Amino acid sequence: MITYEFLQQYWWFIISLLAGLLVFLMFVQGGNLLIFLAGKNERERELIVNSTGRKWELTFTTLVTFGGAFFASFPLFYSTSFGGAYWVWILILITFVFQAVSYEFQSKAGNILGKKTFRTFLTINGCLAPLLIGTAVGTFFTGSAFTVNKAAVGDIAAPTISRWANNWHGLEAVANPFNVEFGLMVMFLAMVLGALYMINNIDDDNLASSLRKWLTRGFCAFLVLFLLVMWHLLTMEGFAVDSNGVVSMEEYKYLHNILDMPNTLVMLLMGAVLLVAGVAATIFNKGFKRGIWLAGPGTVLAVMALFMLAGYNGTAYYPSTADLQSSLTIANSSSSEFTLKTMAIVSFIIPFVVGYIAYFWRQMDKKPITSDELDHTDKY
Amino acid sequence: MVETALVDWSRLQFALTAGYHWIFVPLTLGLAVIMAVMETIYVVKGDEFWKRAAKFWMKLFAINFAVGIATGIILEFQFGTNFSNYSWFVGDIFGAPLAIEGIFAFFMEATFFAVMFFGWQKVGKRFHLASTWFVALGAAISAVWILVANSWMQHPVGMEFNPDTVRHEMVDFSALVLNPVAISKFFHSWFSGWMTGAIFVIGVSCWYLLKKREQKFALSSIRIAAIVGIIGTLGVMFTGDSSAVHVSKYQPMKLAAAEGLENGGERAPFSIVPGIEIPGMLSVLATHDIDGYVPGINNILDGYTTPDGQTHLSAEQKMERGKIAIEAFSNYRELKDSNPEEAAIARKTLEENIEYFGYGYINSRNELVPPVPLVYWAFRVMVGLGSALLLLMFIVLWAERKKRLESMTWLQKAAILAIPMVYLAGQAGWIVAEVGRQPWVIEGLLPVKSAVSSVSVGAVQTTFFIFVAIFTLFLAIELRILFKAIKEGPKTEVE
Repeated sequence: MITYEFLQQYWWFIISLLAGLLVFLMFVQGGNLLIFLAGKNERERELIVNSTGRKWELTFTTLVTFGGAFFASFPLFYSTSFGGAYWVWILILITFVFQAVSYEFQSKAGNILGKKTFRTFLTINGCLAPLLIGTAVGTFFTGSAFTVNKAAVGDIAAPTISRWANNWHGLEAVANPFNVEFGLMVMFLAMVLGALYMINNIDDDNLASSLRKWLTRGFCAFLVLFLLVMWHLLTMEGFAVDSNGVVSMEEYKYLHNILDMPNTLVMLLMGAVLLVAGVAATIFNKGFKRGIWLAGPGTVLAVMALFMLAGYNGTAYYPSTADLQSSLTIANSSSSEFTLKTMAIVSFIIPFVVGYIAYFWRQMDKKPITSDELDHTDKY
Repeated sequence: MVETALVDWSRLQFALTAGYHWIFVPLTLGLAVIMAVMETIYVVKGDEFWKRAAKFWMKLFAINFAVGIATGIILEFQFGTNFSNYSWFVGDIFGAPLAIEGIFAFFMEATFFAVMFFGWQKVGKRFHLASTWFVALGAAISAVWILVANSWMQHPVGMEFNPDTVRHEMVDFSALVLNPVAISKFFHSWFSGWMTGAIFVIGVSCWYLLKKREQKFALSSIRIAAIVGIIGTLGVMFTGDSSAVHVSKYQPMKLAAAEGLENGGERAPFSIVPGIEIPGMLSVLATHDIDGYVPGINNILDGYTTPDGQTHLSAEQKMERGKIAIEAFSNYRELKDSNPEEAAIARKTLEENIEYFGYGYINSRNELVPPVPLVYWAFRVMVGLGSALLLLMFIVLWAERKKRLESMTWLQKAAILAIPMVYLAGQAGWIVAEVGRQPWVIEGLLPVKSAVSSVSVGAVQTTFFIFVAIFTLFLAIELRILFKAIKEGPKTEVE
């Protein structure tokens, strides 16, 4: 029996899946983070840009689809978070706007700003996008200051439903260490994935050895942050919601969630194991280049588990610290049953889309990019 | 109190983003078709000439495509950042087409764009050709869904208001997709993209003719582009005609504003420019009947009765009923737990007046009239330039067929000048559609002023100027890169 509640849970699952795929695909950002760090000469930087440059649109599209799917399934989040944490989202968008033109423009004659500037834009996006998105997701656990009052629509002079309770409009998230840890963790994860992806995608010994160096550094930073985040997450208070929709604080809420939902524990552990295996195999075995295909799926699993911990098992996934009862839950922020059902039918096409992307990905990447190839084909 | 300045700046920021986005999108829509046709000829005939021709236009396509993506992402997220109330109030319906656009169209474009550019040596000839067509198809599908969303704002269908959740909820998905306004609007916009792509290719090619360069390439490109452009422009005119009928039916104020028609009636005249009119022509365009009744601005504000006996309320009556609806909504919410019987009565009152809900937020009848001179002139610019460009394309095609184009420098110059004109026509079209529907973000249900987010005016001003700076910079860079690439021309082998 397909109930409204089931559809809401299903759509939270889809959102979690898209989030997982998005973080995996942020290897593009991670790669760009390394343009100037790992790319020691023009040719190496060119290889990096051309490697991530053939995939960046997928990441970008996943972000846009993530936004669209969130809008369609949980519109109250779209309206409350985007309209409220205004500056965070605007900053994220601006970095992506710069990214969108930078590949195409960077090496074209007449580009006014010069190659280095456009690559700097790519690096800024590589750094800020995962950092800010991660910080914003951190607030899924720590909360934000907003109120939601649907009755406001009846007030002709001031009909706005969602209001942010401070003038920082989202920037205040960096005042909470957990959010920053979370953001940095995602940033270093992107860097790890970027290094792994390029080791697989580019055939160049010199570049590979410096990528391995950055992989090790990035992974160490990631590991420390990951352990910190997990420690804080499992010991922090969380935002519980009861069957009447009443939100209250609960000690060790996320620890309880993980114990109540062993599947999330399994996903999280499997994700971590795959990630560590992918990284370790790449670092310790110089001939091993397929680390991204272990770490990538591992990332998807781990991110999904975190989203499920944030939203399932009676938890408010976008909690309000200004007014607990304004917190957003899967139940109170979702679309209507009809819309969720319609969109569920639409979602059946996702495996097909993933399928053709994977097929063409394989077709295009049968052979890794080489320095020689850049001299003989179209390139950025 | 929602500040007027906040509403204006939010609106301006949206208009800026949409306007810039619409500089880049039509070329994407049209050029994609033209280069796909060229590559098809290459695959069918096996003539390398067409491959190189297609590749040259693809290069220009890519430069333009990037900026389209950059402006597009802001557009999508802006519904949330600047129109948060809108996002909740109708997100149940409006979010769906945006999500579908991402899943169906953007992934298709992203995947096949990469194959189209980097796959020449990695996939087979036919495979590559299919990829190019998929890029064109992806762009068109994207236009379908965003225009389904836009059309729903112009003519909301397939939903019911739910006072418990305080939003309009979708009850009929097919009504949303098959909205007649959406069908006209999609084809109108898509074909206008063909027109833009065609004029762009013709103009650039004529520049080569003028410079006596790449003549074979230029003439061959002109032939394809002129045919695509003529088909596109005829499509634009045909769908423009059905759009006019829809507007007269669902958004009579927009039509009255576009015509500057203060007092309408039967056999309403069409104004070519102020002072020159064709009697009865507006009735023909709007109702397909020379005796058809077309209300003017004053008629709509004062209320009117059409010859078939249908009465339309005056502005004050609608505002009154809107206020009744909003009050009933509040009463329902207050009473639903304590007094179910009274609540049921309030709900019934709400349902009876829901059609006018948005009018409840309107303070004076003047708010209901969009800026008439802007819409009036934008309409004339759109139609006038569109017709002139069609004529130009016929002449160019004729001259090319008669092998006279190379010597007709005046025509070459006119074709180059046509490039900015086609953009002007496209922008004017959006002004008619979007300024003409003010003050409504959703026709009759929600005015813009009740849709905006609660952020400070200063914040919106800041982001507005940031976007102005970024988009203008990108436009300047794009133009400079395009000029350089055009100057460099297709690879010499094409000659």
